[in-house]
Amino acid sequence: MGMTLSEKILARHCGRPAVSPGELIMAKADLVLGNDVTSPLAIKAFREAGAKEVFRKDRIALVADHFTPNKDINSAEQVKIMREFAREHGIVHFFDVGRMGIEHVLLPDEGLVGPGDLVIGADSHTCTYGALCAFSSGVGSTDLAAAMMSGEVWLKVPESIRIVLAGRPGKWVEGKDIILHIIGKIGVDGALYRSMEYAGDGIASLSMAWRFTMTNMAIEAGGKNGIFPFDEVTRAYADAHAKRLYEAMQADPDAKYSDEIHVDLSSIEPVVAFPHLPENIVPVSQVENVPIDQVVVGSCTNGRIEDLRSAADILRGRKVHDGVRMLVFPATQNIWMQAVREGLMEVFVEAGAAVSTPTCGPCLGGHMGILAKGERAIATTNRNFVGRMGHPESEVYLSNPAVAAASAVMGRIAGPDELEKREV
Amino acid sequence: MAELRGKAWKYGDDVDTDAIIPARYLNTSDPAELAKHCMEDIDASFALKAGKGDFIVAGKNFGCGSSREHAPVSIRAVGVSAVIARSFARIFYRNSFNMGLPIFEAPEAVDDIEAGDVLSVDMDRGLLRNETRGKEYGFTPIPPFMQELVASGGLLNYMARRRKEK
Repeated sequence: MGMTLSEKILARHCGRPAVSPGELIMAKADLVLGNDVTSPLAIKAFREAGAKEVFRKDRIALVADHFTPNKDINSAEQVKIMREFAREHGIVHFFDVGRMGIEHVLLPDEGLVGPGDLVIGADSHTCTYGALCAFSSGVGSTDLAAAMMSGEVWLKVPESIRIVLAGRPGKWVEGKDIILHIIGKIGVDGALYRSMEYAGDGIASLSMAWRFTMTNMAIEAGGKNGIFPFDEVTRAYADAHAKRLYEAMQADPDAKYSDEIHVDLSSIEPVVAFPHLPENIVPVSQVENVPIDQVVVGSCTNGRIEDLRSAADILRGRKVHDGVRMLVFPATQNIWMQAVREGLMEVFVEAGAAVSTPTCGPCLGGHMGILAKGERAIATTNRNFVGRMGHPESEVYLSNPAVAAASAVMGRIAGPDELEKREV
Repeated sequence: MAELRGKAWKYGDDVDTDAIIPARYLNTSDPAELAKHCMEDIDASFALKAGKGDFIVAGKNFGCGSSREHAPVSIRAVGVSAVIARSFARIFYRNSFNMGLPIFEAPEAVDDIEAGDVLSVDMDRGLLRNETRGKEYGFTPIPPFMQELVASGGLLNYMARRRKEK
C-alpha cells in the first residue's frame, strides 16, 4: 500500500520498509532542538538519568530565544544552565544572543534542517520545518532529554489529512491568511494527532516564507505536523541553505488519507483571528471598529524578511497612528541585516515603529511588549489565548503583516484596501 | 496503580497551556513555584484551594498550545492525581505520560461531572466512579506502550532499560 509523505519519512527513520497510522515506532532524529524555556527541564532530567554524553554533538540545536536578551535574574539563570550544558558537551549548534534568532526561522536559514529529515524539538512550533518537506514535530522536555541521550524519539504514526490547494491567492492575501482560513474551517482540534499534508497545483504559487507560516501553525489546528511536497521552490531553498545531503520526496499516488479538504486560494480574503482562539476568523473587510493599542510584527510565524517587506510596503511614507505602539521583531540576525540593507529599518523608524533585536518576546507574553489590563494588540504571531501577551484581560488579534501594518496606521483593525481607500 | 480519589475541578473546552501555566512564570522550572500559578488566569482559586488527590475535569482539546512540560509539572505539583477530559492536545498528552501524570479520556463522565463532585478512579480496570452522583463509567485503559512508560517510571527509565537490553 502507498504511503503519505509523513509515513515515508517515518518509515525511513525507523528502518522499516513501511509504516501505517497508529503504529508506535522508535525513530532516529536528524536534529533535536531545545530553547531557553524547555532545555533547563530537559538538562535536569538528562542529568538525573545519569547520562554522561549526548548522542551527537552536531545534531543538537540549543537556541536562547524566548526570554532573551535575559529578561530578569530568573531567566538569566535558565539561559546559563543551557549555556553551561552546551559548553560541557561541546554542542556545536548553540545559539546565544548576538548570533541567535527565533529557532524556527534560524534553523532552516542555517541549513540545519532539510528535505526528508526527521526533526523533533521541545517547542510546539517545531512543526514549521514541514514546509521543507521534512517530518518535524513538537515534543516536551523529557522527550528532549531522551533524544539528547539516544538520538531517538517514540512516535505514533499519524493519520494524514490531505489539504488540496487550488487557484492563486488574491491581493493582500498571504500564507498567514491561508492557514488561518484552514484553522477557521476545521477548528483548533480539527487536525488533532494528525498530519496536515498539502497537495494540489495551488502550491506552486506559494513562496517558501508563506509555506513556513502555514506549517508553523499546524499545531494551532492540533496537528502533529504540517508538510509540503518537494518541488522547485523547495529545491531552490534547500540548495541555497542545506548543509547536509537532502532527499526529495513525494507521497505515493495510492497513499491513504483520513480526510481530504479542498481550498480555493482565490476565494480567500485577508482575515483576522479574534480572541481567544485562532479559529475565530473574520475577514478583515467585515471587522467593524476595533481600536488597538499595540501592533506586533515578528515571531516564528511571521518574522521573515518577506514579512518585514510586506509591513514596510504599507508603512512607507505613512505614520503609525497616535497612541499606537508598533513593535517589529526581525527573526534572526541575518534578517535584521537584510532589513538594514533594503532600507526597511528606515521605513519602520520613520513611521514611528520600534525595532527590536530578535526574540520571541511578546508573542508569549514573555517581555518586550506586554499588554496592560484592557489593552488590545493586533499581532502577526500564532496564538491569541487569554493572557497570551500580558494581562489576562488584554486581547490579541492575529493577522498577516500587511494587515497589522495597515491597522497600525489606522489605529484600529483594518486591511490595506481600506487604508488605500481612505487616502484617495 | 493505586486507586485515586478526590474532588473535581471542572473546566471547559480548549484549556490551553497559557491558561494552565502562563508564560510569564516560565522563567523558572521549580515545580513548587510553578504550582502557585497553575490555572491562574482562568481560575485564581485553583492553586490555593485544590486539595491533594483532586482531579481536573475538562472538555475537548485540554492542554492545547505550547510544548511546555511546565504545564503537567505544575498540575502534578499542586497535588492533582489525574486529569480527565473529553480529549487532549497531543504534546500535553505525551508530556504527561513521559513525566508520570495520569490522564485519560472519558467523554461521557466529563459531561455528567459537576465542580466539587467526589470521584474515585481505578486506572488499571478503567473505572471512574462519581461518588456524589452514584454513577460509574468505564473508560479505555491507557494503551500498552503508555502503560509500559508508566510502569518503567517514565520515559528516561524506559530508555535506559531499553539500552541495557540491546
